[in-house]
Amino acid sequence: MMASSYNAKEEDGHVTVSGSGATRSRKPDNTAFKQQRLPAWQPILTAGTVLPAFFVIGLIFIPVGIGLYVTSNNIKEFQIDYTGTEMSSPCFNCSQNFSWNNTMPCTCSLPFVLDQPFENNVFVYYGLSNFYQNHRRYVKSRDDSQLNGNMESLKSPSKECEPYAHSDNKPTAPCGAIANSMFNDTLDLFFIDPNGTRIQIPLTKRGIAWWTDKHVKFRNPGGNGPNLTSVFQGTSKPVNWHKPVYELDSDPENNGFINEDFIVWMRTAALPTFRKLYRIIQKKSNMVPTLPSGNYTLEVVYNYPVRSFDGRKRVILSTISWMGGKNPFLGIAYITVGAVCFFLGVVLLIIHHKYGSRNNSADISN
Amino acid sequence: MDLGVLRTLISRYCAGEENRVDSRTVYIGHKEPPPGAEAYIPQRYPDNRIVSSNYTFWNFIPKNLFEQFRRIANFYFLVIFLVQLIIDTPTSPGYEDWLRHKADCSINECPVDVVQQGKAGRTQSHKLRVGDVVVVKEDETFPCDLVLLSSSREDGTCYVTTTYYAVPDTLAFRTDQEVESLHATIECEQPQPDLYKFVGRINIYTDREEPVSRPLGSENLLLRGATLKNTHHIYAVAIYTGMETKMALNYQSKSQKRSAVEKSMNAFLIVYLCILISKAVINTVLKYAWQWSPDRDEPWYNHRTENERQRPVVIRAFTDFLAYMVLFNYIIPVSMYVTVEMQKFLGSYFITWDEEMFDEELGEGAQVEYVFTDKTGTLTENNMEFIECCVDGTVYVPHAICNGQILSAVKEEETVDGIKRGFHQGRPTSFYISSSPDEVALVEGMKRLGYTYLRLKDGYMEILNKDDEIERFELLHVLNFDSVRRRMSVIVKSSSGEYLLFCKGADSSIFPRVVSGKVEQVKARVEQNAVEGLRTLCVAFRRLSPDEYQEACLLLNQAKLSLQDREQRLAQAYDAIERDFVLLGATAVEDRLQEKAADTIEALHKAGMKVWVLTGDKMETAAATCYASKLFRRSTQILELTKKRTEEQSLHDVMSELSRTVLRPRSVSGLSVDCQDFGLIIDGATLTAILKPGPEGPSAGSYQEVFLEVSRNCSAVLCCRMAPLQKAQIVKLIKASKEHPITLAIGDGANDVSMILEAHVGIGIMGKEGRQAARNSDYAIPKFKHLKKMLLVHGHLYYIRIAELVQYFFYKNVCFIFPQFLFQFFCGFSQQPLYDTAYLTLYNISFTSLPILLYSLVEQHVSMDTLKKDPSLYKDIAKNTLLRWPVFLYWTCLGVFDAVVFFFGAYFLFDNTTFTSNGQMFGNWTFGTLLALDTHHWTWINHFVIWGSLLFYVIFSLLWGGIIWPFLNYQRMYYVFMQMLSSGPAWLSIILLITVSLLPDIVKKVLCRAMCPTATERAQKLTEGTADPSPPDPRRRSPRGRGADSAQVHLGVPEAPGVGGSEPLPHRLLPGQWPEGGGPMGLRSSAGPRALRLSGAGIAYYAPGPETSV
Repeated sequence: MMASSYNAKEEDGHVTVSGSGATRSRKPDNTAFKQQRLPAWQPILTAGTVLPAFFVIGLIFIPVGIGLYVTSNNIKEFQIDYTGTEMSSPCFNCSQNFSWNNTMPCTCSLPFVLDQPFENNVFVYYGLSNFYQNHRRYVKSRDDSQLNGNMESLKSPSKECEPYAHSDNKPTAPCGAIANSMFNDTLDLFFIDPNGTRIQIPLTKRGIAWWTDKHVKFRNPGGNGPNLTSVFQGTSKPVNWHKPVYELDSDPENNGFINEDFIVWMRTAALPTFRKLYRIIQKKSNMVPTLPSGNYTLEVVYNYPVRSFDGRKRVILSTISWMGGKNPFLGIAYITVGAVCFFLGVVLLIIHHKYGSRNNSADISN
Repeated sequence: MDLGVLRTLISRYCAGEENRVDSRTVYIGHKEPPPGAEAYIPQRYPDNRIVSSNYTFWNFIPKNLFEQFRRIANFYFLVIFLVQLIIDTPTSPGYEDWLRHKADCSINECPVDVVQQGKAGRTQSHKLRVGDVVVVKEDETFPCDLVLLSSSREDGTCYVTTTYYAVPDTLAFRTDQEVESLHATIECEQPQPDLYKFVGRINIYTDREEPVSRPLGSENLLLRGATLKNTHHIYAVAIYTGMETKMALNYQSKSQKRSAVEKSMNAFLIVYLCILISKAVINTVLKYAWQWSPDRDEPWYNHRTENERQRPVVIRAFTDFLAYMVLFNYIIPVSMYVTVEMQKFLGSYFITWDEEMFDEELGEGAQVEYVFTDKTGTLTENNMEFIECCVDGTVYVPHAICNGQILSAVKEEETVDGIKRGFHQGRPTSFYISSSPDEVALVEGMKRLGYTYLRLKDGYMEILNKDDEIERFELLHVLNFDSVRRRMSVIVKSSSGEYLLFCKGADSSIFPRVVSGKVEQVKARVEQNAVEGLRTLCVAFRRLSPDEYQEACLLLNQAKLSLQDREQRLAQAYDAIERDFVLLGATAVEDRLQEKAADTIEALHKAGMKVWVLTGDKMETAAATCYASKLFRRSTQILELTKKRTEEQSLHDVMSELSRTVLRPRSVSGLSVDCQDFGLIIDGATLTAILKPGPEGPSAGSYQEVFLEVSRNCSAVLCCRMAPLQKAQIVKLIKASKEHPITLAIGDGANDVSMILEAHVGIGIMGKEGRQAARNSDYAIPKFKHLKKMLLVHGHLYYIRIAELVQYFFYKNVCFIFPQFLFQFFCGFSQQPLYDTAYLTLYNISFTSLPILLYSLVEQHVSMDTLKKDPSLYKDIAKNTLLRWPVFLYWTCLGVFDAVVFFFGAYFLFDNTTFTSNGQMFGNWTFGTLLALDTHHWTWINHFVIWGSLLFYVIFSLLWGGIIWPFLNYQRMYYVFMQMLSSGPAWLSIILLITVSLLPDIVKKVLCRAMCPTATERAQKLTEGTADPSPPDPRRRSPRGRGADSAQVHLGVPEAPGVGGSEPLPHRLLPGQWPEGGGPMGLRSSAGPRALRLSGAGIAYYAPGPETSV
C-alpha cells in the first residue's frame, strides 16, 4: 500500500545549511549615520555659484600678481659666466689647461660693470649648469651618519659611497661622489675705485647654510675640538680634493664637516642647472649702498673643471626681498591666471544668461 | 576471468566520475548480498562532508591566488611583488569564505544516529557512508539523501518539510519489519541534480526465496536538508552522500561574478599598464640615447663602481627597465582594489542599516537594464485566499455561505470537497499545512463552506460535512502532479463502495478530457476569474467500475515497478486512466499582489529598465497580474506569442508578423503621435520552439534574433508557463545579446535559483517557498518593493560612488606619477625619484585613500528622497555611463594636465632646493581640494577626513623632516619642509598652482551643467529650490552657527573656487531678498521654510542660489 503525506511548516521548522536564520530580526538603529541622513552641506557647481568666485579670484590675483612682479623687478641681479670656453674669455687658458694634477692654481680675473647700486645685503651665488646633481647614482652617494659625526661610519663608510668610499686603502672622509665633487673654485670680488685702486669686498662665509644643517645634521666626529686633525687620522681625503677635510678653514667653527661651503654643496640640487649660495656681502650702513655702481673685478682661482660635460660656471650677485630672489614668473603667472579667471567669469556670465533662463523656465514647466 | 569482466571491473573501480556507471547498487547496512546476486563490486562513494566554501585550508593560497589573478591588477601585483616585494592581501574573499567554512563545519559535525550491528550509535554527519541505515527523529534534519525504509507511524508515512517547493513523498515501505534483519539492495541511478526525479529499485532478499523487487520513486527519497515532522522516527538508508546529494549538486559554486564596474576597472588598468610599460620603455631608450657620450654617462664627478661597469649592456638595460617599472608603478592604483573592497564591505552596512529594508547583504546593482522577476511569491504575496468555487455553474463564495443555494448542491459540493481532501492530509487537530499555498487555501475555503477535512487515518479520509456527520473515503491511489500533465488525481472508494476518481488541474488540461458537465458555464467562469488575476483550478471526476479500477491498478503498478522509462510509462498510465471526466466545477484562489509591487514596477519602468515576468502560471492569470502590477497598461498593445497562435499559424509567420508590428512604428515614429508601447506574452512551449535549432538549421538562429529584436522593443515581456531551466535560458539569451546588458533576476523559490545564478545580479526574496533562492542570491531582500529602493537609491548611489572612486584613483595616480616621468628628463634618466620614499609609500595609503573612501561611503549627489521619487534619474547612470572611455580619458587628461601644472609650476616658481617638496605639496593639496569640489554631500565626516588628511600630510612632513631618524641612513628630507613653509612665495605658488589645476574641471562642469544638464543635475537644482523635507532638528537649529562653521572651513582654503559660493551668502541673509511688502508677517510666512532650510542640515545653504534671484 502506498500513501503519501505532505506537510510544510515552512516558517519555523527547517534548518538551513547556512544556519543564518536566527540573525534576521535585528532591526537596525535609526541613527542619522546609519540611515545616511547625516547633516550635510551640498554645494553644487553651477554658473551661478562659480561666477562670483571667478570674479573674486580675478580681482585678487591680478593685483597680487602686479605686486609680485614689481617686487621681483626691484630685485637687482647680475650674472657673469666665467667658464672660459670662448677664446675671448680671460679664463680660457685655465679651462683649456686644466688637469687634476696641477699643483699650481690657475687664476683668472674678469672685469665687470654694475650699472646700478645694490642696496641691502647682496648674495653671491655660484651657478653650474648641465651638472646632474640629481642623478640617482650621485644623490645616494653619501653617508649621512658619517657626516653626522659617527666614528664608525668614519672608519667604514657606507657602501653607498662606492666607488668613492676608499682611496689608498683608507676610508675616505667625507665619502661619496657628492663630497668628492665639491665645488672648489675660489671667488673674490674687487671694487675698482674711480681713481683705479682695487678694494677687496669683504665676503662673509658664515650663515650661508641652513641653521639646522649646520647645527644638527652635520657634525664633526669627536665634537668640535681643536684636534680635528687627529680625529681624521687614518682617513684619506676625497681623490679630487686638494686639501683634506680638516683643512677647509682655519676657523674651528667652520672646519671639517661643518664647513658651510661643504654643507651647501651637500644639499643636492633638484635640477641640472642650479645655483648655490657662496658668500654674503653684508650691508655696512644705511648711507652707502652695499655695492655701489662702478667697475669691479672678479678674481677666480680656477680649480673646477666643467668643460668635459659641457657645463657652464657663473657667478650671480643678487639682492633679495621678502619673496626671495628675482622671479618674475610668479608675478606674471598670477596676472595671467587672474586675467583668465576674469575672462572666464565674463564668458560664464554670458552663458548663464543665455542658458540659465531657459533652464529655469523648463524647470517651471515641469 | 575473461577480459570483458576485467574491463568492467576496472571501469567500476575508476568510477569516481559517475558517468561511467549508470546506476549504483547500495547494500543496506553494508550486508553482502546472497550468492547468486550480482558480483559484489564495492563502489567508492564520497563521504558525507559538504563543502560550500570555495577554499579549504590547504588550497586557500593557491586557489585564491588564481582567483585573484583573474584581475589584471593582481597579476600585475605579482610581478611587482617579485621585483619589489609588495604583497596584495586577499582579505575580503577569504573572510567570506571563512564564514562559509564555519557553516560547513557545523553541518558536517552534526550528530547522526546510525544503526550498526543492530544497535543505534551516534556519529558525525560527515562520517556517513552510502548504505548506512540512519535513524532520524522528529524535527531532525536529514543528513543526506535517504530512501525511507520504515516509519514509526502506523500508516507507514512520514511527514517532511523541505526547502524545496515540491515536497518529496515518503514511502511506508516496510512498516513492521525490523530494520536490522532487512537484507536488501537498492539499485538506483547515479546522482543527478534534478530534484524531482529519482528512479530506483529495492531488492529484498528473504531466505530461500526469489528476491522481491519494489520500485522506488522520488516519493521515497528524502532529500538532505529537509526536516522530519510529526513522525517520531524513521529508518532510512543513505543513498547519496556529501557533495553527491541532490541539493549539493544543485548548489553551484558561486564563482565571483564580475560586475560591469570591475570590467571597466580591468580595462582601464590595462590601459594604465600599457602606459606604464611604454613609459618605462621610452625612458630606457632615451636613457641610452642620452648616455651615448661617455661624459654624460660617467662624468668625472659621478663614476660607476667597477662591478657596474663590467655588467653587460643588455642586463643593465633590463635592470634599468625594471627600475623604471618600479619607479612608475605607482601609476597603477595599487590600493584601489583594496579601497573598492573596503567600500563594498563598509558600504554594505548602509544597506543593512537601512531601516526601510533591513536585511542581510549589500545591494550592488547599478546600470541594470533588464529585470527578470518571478511572479508568485515575488510580485505576489504567495498567500492564497480562497475566493470562490463554482459547482455545476453555481458560484459559491465562502463569505456568502448562508444563502439557501448551498443546500441544493450538497452532493456536488461534497464531492468537490472530497477531492480536495484526497490530495492533502493534515494534522487532524490543527489547521491544515501544506507546501502548496493553493491547497491550504482550498481546504480553508471548504471549511468555511461547511466541509471540514478532519484527517487521514488508516488510508481513510475523514470529512466532517455540513450536518456534522463524518464521511469516510478510502484513499486508494494518488496520481501525482507533474508539470507536463498539469493535473493530479486521486482514486477513492466511498463508503457506499463506489470507486471514484477525482482530478484537479489547469483548465487547459481538464477540459479536453471532459465528456459531460456544464462545460460552457464553468469555462466562462474560469475565464472571467483568470482575467481577474485569480488562480483557477478545474475539478472533474469519473466513476470507475470495479473492473476499470482493477485495470487502472494494474497499469499503475506496472509502470511504477519499471526501472527504465518509468516516467514515460507512468505518464502513459495516467493518460489512460484520466479520461472521460465529468466536469464538476472550478475553484478560484487569489494570490494578492505584494504591497507596492505596482509602484515598484512603475518606478523601474521609469528608470528605463525593462521588466520581464517569468512565471510558471497560465497566461491569463499571469497577464492579469501584470495588469494589476502595471506592467501592462491599458494603452499597451499586447503581442502574443503563444502555443495557441503558433498552432494556427506557423511559427515563422507569427514571428515575422510580430517583428513587422513592432519595428514599423519605430521607423515612422517621428510622425506618429502615440508612442506605442508593446507588451509581449510568450509561453514556454513557444520559447522552446524559438530556441530550438530547427531542422532548417540557420533559420532557427534567426528566430532567436527576431525574438530578441521584438522583445527589446517591448517595454514589458511576460513569459508564462516557464520551466525553471527556461527562466535561466531567457536570462542567458538576453545576457548574450548584442549590447550585453546587465541583467537582474529576482525570485523567491527554488525554481528561480537557476535564473538567479545566471543573471549578473541575483536577488533572492525570503519568501514562503523557503530560503533556497535567498541563499543562492547575491543579495537577499524581504519584499519585492525593496527592489525599488535598492536599485534606485542604493544602486544609484553605489554606482556614483564607485565610479567616482575608480576614476579618482586613476586620476590621482596619474597626477602623482606623471611629474616623476617628466623629472626623468631633468635628471639624466637616472630613475631618481622625485619624491621621498616615505611619501611614495604613504601617498596611496595615508594621504589620499581615506578621503576618497569616505567620499565613496557617504556621497549623496542627490538626496535619497529625490532618487526615490524620480526613477528617471536612474537613466543617467544606465549603461555604465560614468565608466565609459570618454570619461576615463577626461580624468586621465585632467590628471596629466594637473601633473604638468605641478611640475612646471614648481620648476619655474621655485629655487630648486625646495623643488621636490613643493611638488608634493601641490599634489596633495590639489587632490584634496579637487575631491572637495566633487563632493556634493558634506557631512562632518567629510570635513574631518579631507582636511584631516591634508593636516596629516603637513604634520607628517613636519615630523619626517623635523627629526634626524636614527634608523635611516640618509636624512635627505631633513628640514626641507619647514624651509619651504617659511618662504612666502611658496605659499603664493601653491595657491596659484592649485587654482590653475582646478580651473579646467570647474569650467567643464559649469559649462556642461549650463549647456546640457543631465536629469540628475536638474534634480540637484530642484532640490536646491525646494525646502528640505527632513524635519528640523532642534540641535541644528541655528542657521548662522552651522553655516558660519562650514563657510569658515571653506574660506580657509580660498583657492577652491567652489567655495566662492559662500559669496552669495550675505545676500541671502539680507531682508531685501524676502518678498516685497513682506512686513513682519510676510517675513515670517515666507522666511519660515527658508530658515528651516538653512537650519536643516545646512543643506543647500545658499539655497535657491543666486541664479534664481537674479
